[in-house]
Amino acid sequence: MSEPTRNRTVLVLLDPATEVRSSALELLTIARGLGRVEAVTLEAPTVEVLAQLGAYGVETVHQAEVPTGVLRDAGGDGALHLPSVVAATLASAVRRTDADVVLAPATFGAKEAAALAAHALGAGLVIDAAAVGEDADGRVVAGKRVFAGAWDTRCAVTADVAILTVRANAVVPEPAEAPVATEVDALPVELPAGTAGVVVTSREVKERTSGRPSLEEAAVVVAGGRGTGGDFGAVEEFADAVGAAVGASRDAVFEGWFDRYIGQTGVTIAPRLYVGAGISGAPHHRGGMQASQVIVAVNSDPEAPIFEICDFAVVGDLTDVLPQAAAAIRAHREG
Amino acid sequence: MRIVVAVKYVPDINAERRFVDCRVDRDPGVGTLNELDENALEAALRILDALPEDERAASEVVALTVAPADGDVALRKSFQMGVDRAVRVTDDVLAGSDYFGTATALAAGVRRLESDGAPVDLVITGMAALDGLGSVVPALVGAELGRPAITLAKKVDVADGVLTVGRETDEASETLTAPLPAVLSVADTANTPRMPNFKLIMAARTKQIEQWSAADIGIDPSAVGTAGARTEALSAAPRPARAEVELVVDKGEGGTALAEYLIRNELV
Ligand SMILES: Cc1cc2nc3c(=O)[nH]c(=O)nc-3n(C[C@H](O)[C@H](O)[C@H](O)COP(=O)(O)OP(=O)(O)OC[C@H]3O[C@@H](n4cnc5c(N)ncnc54)[C@H](O)[C@@H]3O)c2cc1C
Ligand SMILES: Nc1ncnc2c1ncn2[C@@H]1O[C@H](COP(=O)(O)O)[C@@H](O)[C@H]1O
Repeated sequence: MSEPTRNRTVLVLLDPATEVRSSALELLTIARGLGRVEAVTLEAPTVEVLAQLGAYGVETVHQAEVPTGVLRDAGGDGALHLPSVVAATLASAVRRTDADVVLAPATFGAKEAAALAAHALGAGLVIDAAAVGEDADGRVVAGKRVFAGAWDTRCAVTADVAILTVRANAVVPEPAEAPVATEVDALPVELPAGTAGVVVTSREVKERTSGRPSLEEAAVVVAGGRGTGGDFGAVEEFADAVGAAVGASRDAVFEGWFDRYIGQTGVTIAPRLYVGAGISGAPHHRGGMQASQVIVAVNSDPEAPIFEICDFAVVGDLTDVLPQAAAAIRAHREG
Repeated sequence: MRIVVAVKYVPDINAERRFVDCRVDRDPGVGTLNELDENALEAALRILDALPEDERAASEVVALTVAPADGDVALRKSFQMGVDRAVRVTDDVLAGSDYFGTATALAAGVRRLESDGAPVDLVITGMAALDGLGSVVPALVGAELGRPAITLAKKVDVADGVLTVGRETDEASETLTAPLPAVLSVADTANTPRMPNFKLIMAARTKQIEQWSAADIGIDPSAVGTAGARTEALSAAPRPARAEVELVVDKGEGGTALAEYLIRNELV
């Protein structure tokens, strides 16, 4: 990794602070290339989290101290992750550390928090960067894939502070050369008036139990569509053979066959490998996966539009093709 | 009840979308109403549809866009769905606006509407503009107006001056409330947008579109457009085409061929 040319302070948003997802490790890796890295959290990081942060070169974690009265009025602990609260925390952390750059993951909540923090600070904002670097003048430069991954754009941040959300799979996470000791520093957060008013009246956290990698972060994703006819068995069997996350098309989700869909309005992914089975490849779906490195499809229709953007494709019935492929891969792995 | 729906004019995702000089090409041949704003329009119209007749008569839905003149396409479509009034904010100084410039202009448009004395109870937006997929303008409009914003609603209720929203994020299922006036963005899962009927389509052709300049609505020119932008576009280039697809027709060995491809390319 090249040494940063400037003595920057880079803050990385870690929310929740109970686990370090691979997207967070990527942010820390990118941050080290830009300057000195510190983390920002809304709650106390666990011991495991602190150890991982240390391995990635984070010396200081700024843990928000949100006034309890404000939090209670907004619905209690559930309100801690409201974008307005996260934004106020980021803005406080930037002011306190005089940070130059903030990096956040590309979730909807983090995007809003990043935007609101940039609004409060007069910072420049980049949403969903796929690459982050600097130009000869030391300005932060971001690369983005747009129009369903069909165009590459680059922009430079011209304001003093740069706030960026970064897509998963932008870089391969790399620990620091030597681990450091990580300290937690209390960060007093003041919530600006005006954002008040939103109250969280109920919040049920979703369990991540499947044992598979998460859709937005997985290096390999297998997706099923209407062509499964409602049975995701072959899709899941194949996904497990290759260690992939499972996703779906919006139609499959609207049918109630699966819970999360890939696409412009669903999860946007850019894994190393995407395999679409029984998915036609509508523009809305492509918008969320076309930036994948390698695209493979299984579809019984030789005219399926998804074939236009594939690297490898099988014209066939997914209930024949996927189990056979899964068996061959399992045999290869064991052999 | 007075509702403003922010609608964006974007290139159709089914068309060839491109950049010209680092700006999204909004050639009228491919320009259209951002599809996700149809969900916002539908949400607004449903709130009004649920009102008693006399209250409905005293209410309005205003479609508001920040766009060059071609943006009328988006407003005509809004008329077809049933909005009462349409306003376009157009000015050379707005060209090259970033998210903040756009939010500033939208908020100024809302304030200008309110200068006639009737408050805007709700500003409703789509969940994202399909050209940039930012999903940040609604939160920023809330911040500009100093009003609470609730985003990505799946279920929307307005009663007794309170907005109640059900939503599904990747992390949680939530119910949120905010007092009116407020800002709301609706997800594509919130509703199925109505098809315009013949009468509305005919009427939309001749409905008047109001046009405001930056000066008309009190926008500081240095805060918007290229002058106010905090990022500078450096380049935009189409990606090289993918190599020709390797296509296998399954005659009993398709799965094995797939496995071999993945193994050969070290993808598994
Ligand atoms: C505003 C808006 C936003 C949208 N956002 C999204 C989004 O984010 N993500 C998304 O995915 N969609 C989205 N959609 C929907 C999108 O337009 C398509 O309708 C959807 O992606 C189609 O899903 P599908 O490919 O599963 O189904 P279909 O288009 O019906 O395709 C099914 C495919 O399966 C094949 N098939 C059938 N049987 C078999 C078999 N036995 N073996 C192999 N192949 C088989 C068929 O040949 C066909 O190609 C959106 C739509 C709108 C209007
Ligand atoms: N130029 C614009 N004019 C009107 N509304 C807009 C404009 N840009 C964004 N919006 C609204 O904000 C929503 C989210 O846009 P974005 O944050 O750009 O993804 C859209 O669905 C629109 O409702």
